[in-house]
Amino acid sequence: MLELIGPFFRDLNDRTGWNFNVFYDPYEYGRFLAGAATTLQLIGWSLALSLVIGVLGAWAQSARSRALRWGVDAYIQAFRNTPPMIQLLFFYFGLGAFTPAVDMGGYSQPVISSFAWAVIALGIFGGAFNVEIFRAGIEAVPDATLEAAESLCFSRLQTYLYVTLPLAFRISLPALTNNLVSLAKTTSLAYIITVPEMTYVLNQVWSDNLNVPEMMLVLFGFYITVVTLLAAGLHAVERRLVLPGYGR
Amino acid sequence: MLFADPIAAGPAAIPQDRRALVSLRDVRKSYGAFEVLKGISLDVGKGEVACIIGPSGSGKSTLIRCINGLSPIQDGSITVDGQEVNDPKLDKLSLRRKVGIVFQQYNLFPHKTVLENVMLAPLKVLREPRAQVEERALSLIAKVRLTGKERAYPGELSGGQQQRVAIARSLAMRPEVMLFDEVTAALDPETVKEVLATIRELAAEGMTCILVTHEMGFAREVAHHVYFTDGGVIVEDGPPDRIFREAQDPRTRQFLSQVL
Ligand SMILES: Nc1ncnc2c1ncn2[C@@H]1O[C@H](COP(=O)(O)OP(=O)(O)OP(=O)(O)O)[C@@H](O)[C@H]1O
Ligand SMILES: [Mg+2]
Repeated sequence: MLELIGPFFRDLNDRTGWNFNVFYDPYEYGRFLAGAATTLQLIGWSLALSLVIGVLGAWAQSARSRALRWGVDAYIQAFRNTPPMIQLLFFYFGLGAFTPAVDMGGYSQPVISSFAWAVIALGIFGGAFNVEIFRAGIEAVPDATLEAAESLCFSRLQTYLYVTLPLAFRISLPALTNNLVSLAKTTSLAYIITVPEMTYVLNQVWSDNLNVPEMMLVLFGFYITVVTLLAAGLHAVERRLVLPGYGR
Repeated sequence: MLFADPIAAGPAAIPQDRRALVSLRDVRKSYGAFEVLKGISLDVGKGEVACIIGPSGSGKSTLIRCINGLSPIQDGSITVDGQEVNDPKLDKLSLRRKVGIVFQQYNLFPHKTVLENVMLAPLKVLREPRAQVEERALSLIAKVRLTGKERAYPGELSGGQQQRVAIARSLAMRPEVMLFDEVTAALDPETVKEVLATIRELAAEGMTCILVTHEMGFAREVAHHVYFTDGGVIVEDGPPDRIFREAQDPRTRQFLSQVL
């Protein structure tokens, strides 16, 4: 890849002074790739965690236990109504202070890395919205359909798994797509707790090389590409799950 | 009437063994302070077809829902095959397996194909082997005349077709009694015939049926026994010929004069 684009960007730098060194300097290119990989992993894990939390939270909200329902409501209020950046700081510096560290031979390393804290914080942040989104979807599943399942002897859990969830998921998908795309963008905030994702890495690059405008463009381009692909993927899922003739 | 079918030759003979399969005694049911069923008693024998007719709001749907335990009752008793429906110790599964129910609005699973709709409960609830379930499902789909539609989704079918899938889905659990709640009320006249033909066949095969219907011609043709309900009580009941020709109660006569 670098052999392919390197000469062009080196030439561009020589002739115009536009220094996209992450695309020709092997060391900076390595940093760029590492940042991209970290961002993609961060997005993947945060989105996955937020979905798991969304499903479990929506299930808990329909639970018989009042304490559980109250707990889920409190969680949603707390995490929807505070800035995600504060949440990241809270988890990393607040809770991180109480987690044990292991001796790595000379230096000590916390058992929960900054990356793991970012996944936890972002998953919980996005999950708070997903619970609400899934809840709305679950409520939109007609009672009559559930009653049909009940009369066919499905247990509560079976009805939830085979009827409620698949239908609620389809109903929720447009809102879910919005929230997941928004969460993917929010992962760039992990930069403030030193997760070496794309924003953090490019910040280092421009500090070292003083090519701020160029790296800003790269950052923009990177997120546009990633978010466009993610949205396209989610829309493809939406199209695949569309039910022929449903909702006519 | 919609129902002038020359081949239909009245209800099938009821088998000699007439032990009551479904039995209601003084059933009372209220929603809050509002009493919907005010002491209903009836017996439906094995292989019998019972029709419930009556004005809107008289509690017909409520009665049907109580029989398979979808709504609890406040007083009286309902037994199905000797099992008390409202016994808290009763295993709901063993009851519901015996009772199939088909609703006015079909209520199919919209995200499952016709075949999947029919197969889902036997696979997941009865945990029967897939090959066996599929074979039975295909034959039920053929029975309701929907062969070729196995892979269609409910949204791609007409109301009448969906209703026949709902019947096949219920039959796949091999119930001993089928409850039909105004299953043709949402259909247009042409498709009503298809659905009634399916029910007629079932009845002729000896399936015990309790059906709420506004199709008086059909009730007259397939029923062994007709119950007229009004205001939460059974006002009058008897063989269809008697109810439809020489009803005694003025409320029955008034209702029949409006719908016939
Ligand atoms: N879930 C409920 N909560 C409160 N009242 C109800 C409920 N379901 C039914 N009812 C009331 O009970 C009465 C009987 O209703 P039901 O649906 O059994 O009548 P029906 O005979 O089936 O009428 P229709 O021919 O219109 O279907 C009605 O007055 C109705 O308003
Ligand atoms: Mg009704």
